[in-house]
Amino acid sequence: MALLRPARLRPADLLRLGGYGLRSRPLRAVLSALGIAIGIAAMVAVVGISSSSQADLDRKLAALGTNMLRVSPGHTMMGDDATLPDDALSMIKRVGPVIAATATGSVTDTPVYRSDRIPEQETGGLSVLAAQLDLLETVGATVADGAWLNAATARYPAVVLGSGAARRLGDVPTVYIDGRWYSVIGVLDSVPLAPELDTAVLIGWDAARSYLGFDGHFTTVYTRAVESQIEAVKAVLGRTANPQSPEEVDVSRPSDALVAKRTANASFTALLLGLGGVALLVGGIGVANTMVISVLERRSEIGLRRSLGATRGQIRTQFVSEALLLSLLGGAGGVLGGFAVTAVYAGTQEWPTVIPPWAIAGGLGATLAIGAVAGLYPAIRAARLAPTEALAAA
Amino acid sequence: MSPVIELAEVTKSYPGGVHALRSVDLSVDQGELIAIVGPSGSGKSTMLNVIGTLDRPTTGTVRIDGHDVARLSDRQLSALRASRIGFVFQSFHLAPGRDAVANVADGLLYAGLPKRERERRAEAALVRVGLGDRLGHRPHQLSGGERQRVAVARAVAGDPAVLLADEPTGNLDTVSGQGVMDLLRELNAAGTTVLVITHDHDIAGTLPRQVPMRDGRVV
Repeated sequence: MALLRPARLRPADLLRLGGYGLRSRPLRAVLSALGIAIGIAAMVAVVGISSSSQADLDRKLAALGTNMLRVSPGHTMMGDDATLPDDALSMIKRVGPVIAATATGSVTDTPVYRSDRIPEQETGGLSVLAAQLDLLETVGATVADGAWLNAATARYPAVVLGSGAARRLGDVPTVYIDGRWYSVIGVLDSVPLAPELDTAVLIGWDAARSYLGFDGHFTTVYTRAVESQIEAVKAVLGRTANPQSPEEVDVSRPSDALVAKRTANASFTALLLGLGGVALLVGGIGVANTMVISVLERRSEIGLRRSLGATRGQIRTQFVSEALLLSLLGGAGGVLGGFAVTAVYAGTQEWPTVIPPWAIAGGLGATLAIGAVAGLYPAIRAARLAPTEALAAA
Repeated sequence: MSPVIELAEVTKSYPGGVHALRSVDLSVDQGELIAIVGPSGSGKSTMLNVIGTLDRPTTGTVRIDGHDVARLSDRQLSALRASRIGFVFQSFHLAPGRDAVANVADGLLYAGLPKRERERRAEAALVRVGLGDRLGHRPHQLSGGERQRVAVARAVAGDPAVLLADEPTGNLDTVSGQGVMDLLRELNAAGTTVLVITHDHDIAGTLPRQVPMRDGRVV
């Protein structure tokens, strides 16, 4: 006697079976897939936007270089403001791996006005900094308009404005500092590694001494060192700048500060991801609900299929594959939606659009897992239905 | 010739003391055309479920095409239905929105045939039931009689050993019903064993063998 063994359903047939259930009620399928789509879109967009901003930072840092160190006087043990010794800059330049070093000095008590008609108390919060001629190369600053100081202009009453200072003062040919007019010869672009320059009015070292009574102390020394030696250089800079009291020197790496600022956003990203997860969960419940209703409505179809020779396992697989297809539909839509949101947002921020492949794979994987979980219970119910009972439902 | 359907002392009871079948013996040979006839509540639907292996008897033995149903697992029973039994239901059970070929081809899904072969056989079966010009029609585009012909085509597409028809004319007018009965007679003449369950003595009377039932017994 011939052995009775149920035939296996081919994967293509299984796919067709799952798709048939969805196509017979397209609106319901789309609506319940939408829940999943929103969850996945939210998660992909959150990851995408944070990756895009990271990529933008990486790109910026690659252009700016991460090998800059900033040396500034800290505080004495008594809590007073410390000063750097006058030979700090030349000592730092002598350290082996240091490629370049330059300094600025703060010129105190010199508010800057756009004209002599401005009341004295409206200072605008701008500071005057005495700058050396090699400042631009060392901090990676660029001139937006006009020219940088040269050996000649550095001795005359001429200033270059930081980007923020230029915005505050407006487009003026001259500024008024401490009873004297200074011509504005240039404006800088924003300097990401040295944001303090953005609000500064930069003047030549000699001019500051002769016109503004500048004491000649360095308030900030910017140093570029060989990238591989940067930690070692950072460790010795304090002692080099001020051998008598190295603890009175602050040494920092501005690129680290930029990275840290972005890392602070990570907890916010995690919160948004959690929110996306909740949306995904709600979407999964929607799929489960749709499948439960589908099983109830299609009892006679289940009975018919059982009479045609479907095993319990085949009925179960049919409904699970329908649920998987449904949530995969939502997942794919969600990935596309998340991609679109990321692209639009990154576009407005002038970032590169970056979505890590793991986010897409993770999104689709989560989708499949949710589909399987949501579909399993209704599918088991469908498979447990006795054929006679299912047929009687018609 | 060995019987295709063999029931020996079959009883079927439900909880609460309902005895749907009481010690039924029945033997149907290959190539027979037989009517099980009786009023509602006589146990004829239970007979159909038991013969169709959709339900197991409480006691007694059921043999279909030589297989003892009691000794088969649920999976094996499914395989038995897929290969040896064709069902025709009173309410057709056609999938709306799918054309006649797709509906008939679906009947071969669990026999493990590839899609192309299923469709080829479905078309052949539809031609055989006289619907060669209705292949692409959907159920709502067909008359009741035509729908039941599609259902018959689905039942015979896999060339089963036995065709079970449960009130096949119950939802049809007299003329369409007659057409479906003629079709069943044709299929039987071509060699298929056909078992019709009906409450209608006029229809049963047109068939060569009748098994009258009342209160769960063959009378």
